[in-house]
Amino acid sequence: MNKVELIMNNSKKALDNGVGIIGYGAYIPKRRIKAETIAEVWGKDGEDIKNGLMIEEKAVPGIDEDTATISVAATQNALLRAKINPREIGAIYVGSESHPYAVKPTATIVGDAINAGHDYTAASTEFACKAGTAAIQMCAGLVKSNYIKYGLAIGADTAQGAPGNALEYSAAAGGAAFIIGSDKREIVAQIEATYSYSSDTPDFWRRSHAMYPSHGGRFTGEPAYVKHVFSATQGLLERTGYKINDFDFAVFHMPNGKFASGMAKKLGIPFEKIAPGFVVKRIGNTYSGSSILGLCATLDVAKPNQLILLTSYGSGAGSDSFVFRTTDKLNEVRNAAPTVEDYIKDKEYVSYAQYAKIKGKLHYGGAQ
Amino acid sequence: MHRTSVPLLWRRFKHHYRLLGNHCKTCKTDYYPPREICPTCRRKGVLEEKEFEKKGTIQTYSIIYAGPVGFDKQTPYAVALIKLDNGPVLVSQIVDAPFDQVKIGAKVTAVFRKIYEDGKEGIIHYGLKWKVV
Repeated sequence: MNKVELIMNNSKKALDNGVGIIGYGAYIPKRRIKAETIAEVWGKDGEDIKNGLMIEEKAVPGIDEDTATISVAATQNALLRAKINPREIGAIYVGSESHPYAVKPTATIVGDAINAGHDYTAASTEFACKAGTAAIQMCAGLVKSNYIKYGLAIGADTAQGAPGNALEYSAAAGGAAFIIGSDKREIVAQIEATYSYSSDTPDFWRRSHAMYPSHGGRFTGEPAYVKHVFSATQGLLERTGYKINDFDFAVFHMPNGKFASGMAKKLGIPFEKIAPGFVVKRIGNTYSGSSILGLCATLDVAKPNQLILLTSYGSGAGSDSFVFRTTDKLNEVRNAAPTVEDYIKDKEYVSYAQYAKIKGKLHYGGAQ
Repeated sequence: MHRTSVPLLWRRFKHHYRLLGNHCKTCKTDYYPPREICPTCRRKGVLEEKEFEKKGTIQTYSIIYAGPVGFDKQTPYAVALIKLDNGPVLVSQIVDAPFDQVKIGAKVTAVFRKIYEDGKEGIIHYGLKWKVV
């Protein structure tokens, strides 16, 4: 195991790293498919699936939506809150495991779409479901070391699940974007500390050119999700001196509801503290967008000077854990863009046949 | 199947992504897509870039049931003439709305979407479509 320590501050309380979120934005596609709609196709009990995974329905992208379009939409909302000139952004990182191109960055599409000019560094990143939080760390590092004024970190996915596979009930679409800066007058949530825990654990993967991911079934649980999320969170607490009860809210990566709520229970966090960010029940697992959409939903309801614990998880495997402290500025910017709840409520159900068409699961034969 | 000249498409990114047209300072006319010369003022025209606000109103529309290649999997979909609040009329797709919401006079706003793909291995075209607000 290899523990990587990033952007740390050794003081015990009210840590000030001098860097934070100045704008955040969410985007969730409008279409939904219910768990029982999928279950019916495969002869499964929809109620069993819903109760087992704690997922009632999931977000499905439009036929013209992908990680690039979701990233742009989330960024436009982040810019509405940050109220900065996009040309002052010095870095754009888009984390996803469903980039539209295998070779060609999603980040530059976002850069041109938001008119960021050309004076920025960019990359598309991948670390299963935690590439978005890795992007936040990369931006925070560049901002804190004064290489750039603002960094744009995005996590977005149009996740894939093979027909009939358990993943089909959870693999969803959505994303979130964060503009990272260092001006205290602009920060809505300080990044007080972050700590990561990584290891070579093959619990879930997708080989080059494979259409759908493979996973290790139960192996995705204890040695993978549980071990990494728990270790990253514990490591963060040890290094900051915070106790779990110090936090007003917590968000964990949500591959399904059971894993995330189980982690809260294991750490002694009451469900009420994860409830605001527990979006998985109504939109599914948005992969690189999952934990950070939970963070957006929590920022949508948090009051100033509250502490938020966020721990992501990416298969393969690793977790990034963060301490955020909200500021007075949060109340000023919250209503400048649609909230996560606005997107969750704006929905339209699709049938399994429509879903199969949208997700490219149909074979058209010679009629292409 | 590569259908598009990549350099040609690349030159139009800013027009497609950001609704960047132009404006003739001589006759005060807005153009989208941008013109090389002002068709009214000809050599007396002075054109400058102008980014239009991404808001407009549906002037008229049609529901497409038999789409051209590249759009055939999206049918049925709505295409509308949209009068920009501070600019000219353009033609584009209306998305994320049931057809009973696609009405003459409906207010719309732009969203960034995939327009079409040049086959499985070609370039992906992005640009603006519109949704009813």
